[in-house]
Amino acid sequence: MAFPFALSLFPKPFTKMSGNMNLTLKVWRQKNTNDKGKFETYKAENISPDMSFLEMFDVVNERLIVEGKEPIAFDHDCREGICGSCSMYINGRPHGPNNGVTTCQLHMRSFKDGDIIVVEPWRSAAFPVIKDLAVDRSSFDRIQAAGGFISVNTGNAQDANSLPIPKNDADESFAAAACIGCGACVAACKNSSAMLFVGAKVTQFALLPQGKPEATQRVLAMVNQMDAEGFGSCTNTGACSAECPKEISLSVIARMNREYLSAQLFAE
Amino acid sequence: MSKLDSKIPEGPIDQKWTKYKSTIPLVNPANKRHLEVIVVGSGLAGSSAAATLAEMGYSVKVFCFQDSARRAHSIAAQGGINAAKNYQNDGDSVYRLFYDTIKGGDYRAREGNVHRLAEVSGSIIDQCVAQGVPFAREYGGLLSNRSFGGTQVQRTFYAAGQTGQQLLLGAYSGLNRQIGLGNVKMYARHEMLDIVNIDGKCRGIIARDLVTGKLERHFGHAVLLCTGGYGNVFYLSTNAMGSNVTAAWKAHKRGAMFANPCYTQIHPTCIPVSGDHQSKLTLMSESLRNDGRIWVPKKKEDVEAIRAGKKKGSDIPEEDRDYYLERRYPAFGNLVPRDVASRASKERCDAGYGVNKTGEAVYLDFASNMKYKYGKQVATLKGIANPTEAQLTEFGKEVVKEKYGNLFDMYKQITGEDPYEIPMMIYPAVHYTMGGLWVDYNLMTNIEGLYALGEANFSDHGANRLGASALMQGLADGYFVIPYTIGAYLSKEIGTKAIPTDKEEFAKTEQEVQDRINKFFAIKGTKSVDYFHKRLGKIMWEKCGMARNKEGLEWAIAEIQKIREEFWKDVRVPGDANEFNPELEKANRVADFIELGELMCKDALNRNESCGGHFREEFQTEEGEAMRDDENYKYVAAWEMKEVGNWELHKEDLIYENIKIAQRSYK
Repeated sequence: MAFPFALSLFPKPFTKMSGNMNLTLKVWRQKNTNDKGKFETYKAENISPDMSFLEMFDVVNERLIVEGKEPIAFDHDCREGICGSCSMYINGRPHGPNNGVTTCQLHMRSFKDGDIIVVEPWRSAAFPVIKDLAVDRSSFDRIQAAGGFISVNTGNAQDANSLPIPKNDADESFAAAACIGCGACVAACKNSSAMLFVGAKVTQFALLPQGKPEATQRVLAMVNQMDAEGFGSCTNTGACSAECPKEISLSVIARMNREYLSAQLFAE
Repeated sequence: MSKLDSKIPEGPIDQKWTKYKSTIPLVNPANKRHLEVIVVGSGLAGSSAAATLAEMGYSVKVFCFQDSARRAHSIAAQGGINAAKNYQNDGDSVYRLFYDTIKGGDYRAREGNVHRLAEVSGSIIDQCVAQGVPFAREYGGLLSNRSFGGTQVQRTFYAAGQTGQQLLLGAYSGLNRQIGLGNVKMYARHEMLDIVNIDGKCRGIIARDLVTGKLERHFGHAVLLCTGGYGNVFYLSTNAMGSNVTAAWKAHKRGAMFANPCYTQIHPTCIPVSGDHQSKLTLMSESLRNDGRIWVPKKKEDVEAIRAGKKKGSDIPEEDRDYYLERRYPAFGNLVPRDVASRASKERCDAGYGVNKTGEAVYLDFASNMKYKYGKQVATLKGIANPTEAQLTEFGKEVVKEKYGNLFDMYKQITGEDPYEIPMMIYPAVHYTMGGLWVDYNLMTNIEGLYALGEANFSDHGANRLGASALMQGLADGYFVIPYTIGAYLSKEIGTKAIPTDKEEFAKTEQEVQDRINKFFAIKGTKSVDYFHKRLGKIMWEKCGMARNKEGLEWAIAEIQKIREEFWKDVRVPGDANEFNPELEKANRVADFIELGELMCKDALNRNESCGGHFREEFQTEEGEAMRDDENYKYVAAWEMKEVGNWELHKEDLIYENIKIAQRSYK
């Protein structure tokens, strides 16, 4: 059996060389958190439309390494749109031009020969740049640690089917739980608000009977932590939801506000 | 004789765990606080173990190389998790799950471990639901199930095609709760680069802070490696880019035995390679085989026409399609286990029936079930007596979308083709590794105090893992096994004070790690790390992949040795050590993969039989099925490293007292 990436072995490689592209990249380079940073220009040549955006970056980096230059640092891992690592701000949009897609799932067929592509890291005070396009999103973890859980120790659970949950509630809860924690919502928001992210977790639990007993503490703790991390407020623009690669609905913010309001009333 | 004592408890199979569990020594709460446990890896096994141990009162540190514990690669598991709940009333039981798993593993797993896995499977589902994991449900509000390969019951619980994500977020929420309570200290963006052994016991790790590049020493009374599998040794696999063998390999180099390294799972349904830029492969969940039928054309002229773009899969009439799995395995059909399905695809493609330009793809087709199964169901529900074809398609599409929507979207993103309209094209790819660190019944390696959980160990899946069993094993190990079995060791450690990390052994190990890092930068070669990784991957895939033979393996071993030599002479690692440096991380991992690759080939060469994912061309039946040699190879091959490139084989005999071993048949 021939090896998959030795395609030159095949008579007709189906990466159409003729359909390949030459692109110009303007990429944010920043040595570390304290560095000022600046844009650098790179050529990306002979790029196949079947490549993912990150594979295009691999090609650029491979050349930089061989030329003795420093490759561009960026976060990535699963490359199948679920881990939430990748975080590029492409031509002014988090995860690039397509809706409902992470950077790793963005393919070069969405671009055309001669395009100039501007790539920046997420921009938010709560997400300091670590290097180039990689940012520190640990603020998200701290919000989750403040209240993003149901307090149940291992071994305390009753039989799973002893708690029927209406299908619609379960589905809606799942839709909110699909958040991958990438931070595109924050990057998209002019206020750097994290309301969509926090709202998604609050909504997932608010819709489930298991989550009810500590709903009050949960929403208060998570919102307080969100504020402490320096995220901005929501002004209902909706860019977060529009740019969310998992298309989390804006209604999670409404639900969080409702939960928060009633929590404040009951907490008094 | 053998250094390997599996410590399987005595007694009848269905009482071993219950009885043993209630006799393991306990640690009282006051002592637990003074016992420190290091957990490396934050996937299902790591997060669930860390959360549970912290709940019990132990003092826990968790390390992961990702920027958040939530991004461990368990997140990408799609299809589901098995549990012997018998909610579908289809005759499932603990025994059946046990039996299916042993048989699925081609009789190369331990009975004791697998039975325990089946026993605790139900509790996992209970725990996850209690945590708020939004599993799929029926309209009555109860949990929904589907089928996976190698079984004839519906025991797989799922959350659309994102089950791994939802389970991991559940475990991550439990972990976060303990972080918030101060019981767990989390070290994200930290990579373990060695273990520290003191007086024959594992007492800590050396980790690199990936942001600052600083090496750190951490003490633990026990160290748990929950670091996943090593599929990336093939360069192209469904693993995440960062998935690596380093933690397990460092432990191996410090004395832990590596068991059955050649048992690799090649998953039948992945998106075919699109070009030489390919950096990873994407799985299309096995759950799709519930509703998708796998086929290639019967006629060569149709194959030619498809490859030339003159015909589409949907143009081929029913009678000219070869549903080869249904033809060869009528009892299980499209739901045969992964190793069987992969080999069958390879057989058809090797015979010239592959349906893409490289000849390495087969169809996975939903059209008939979409229309005639789901379309009809919905039409009936809506009271439409004579639905049109268009209506059937429309209705069926909605159901398929709900079941597999995210997978279909992903397929479209990657290939640019809409699988609702034309059949998917798929081909096998490396997905999971059944081999791993040798562990006993307590999940302890042969180094005292060092444990391996989840995919990082070897214990439960034999030579082939069944679908939806990886999530089950990861969570079983973390939630329901290690919290008990670790007591057997830690109860003896209550008198051990925390060892200061300025002790000689820590300093020496750190220096060795530092020396290796310095060496990378000193080489200043001409080739990137990826160059070597791709070369290694190509050899592994061609000679130690879906089919292996003696000649190929011997050649591969010699080639890999050459790669190792060249790597250490000519690799280029840019930047420096005291900064965020992804290339350095890769270099560290690939150096270990090269050493592992050689061992995998040696193990494959040693095993003169075919079993599960290990298929030696010399050992097959007339029908091309795997031919085991139970007389000579019914053992776990555990390798002890003497030095790089030199190993000693230890054997742990597998004893079957409850299951009669037989030629595996899915016909």
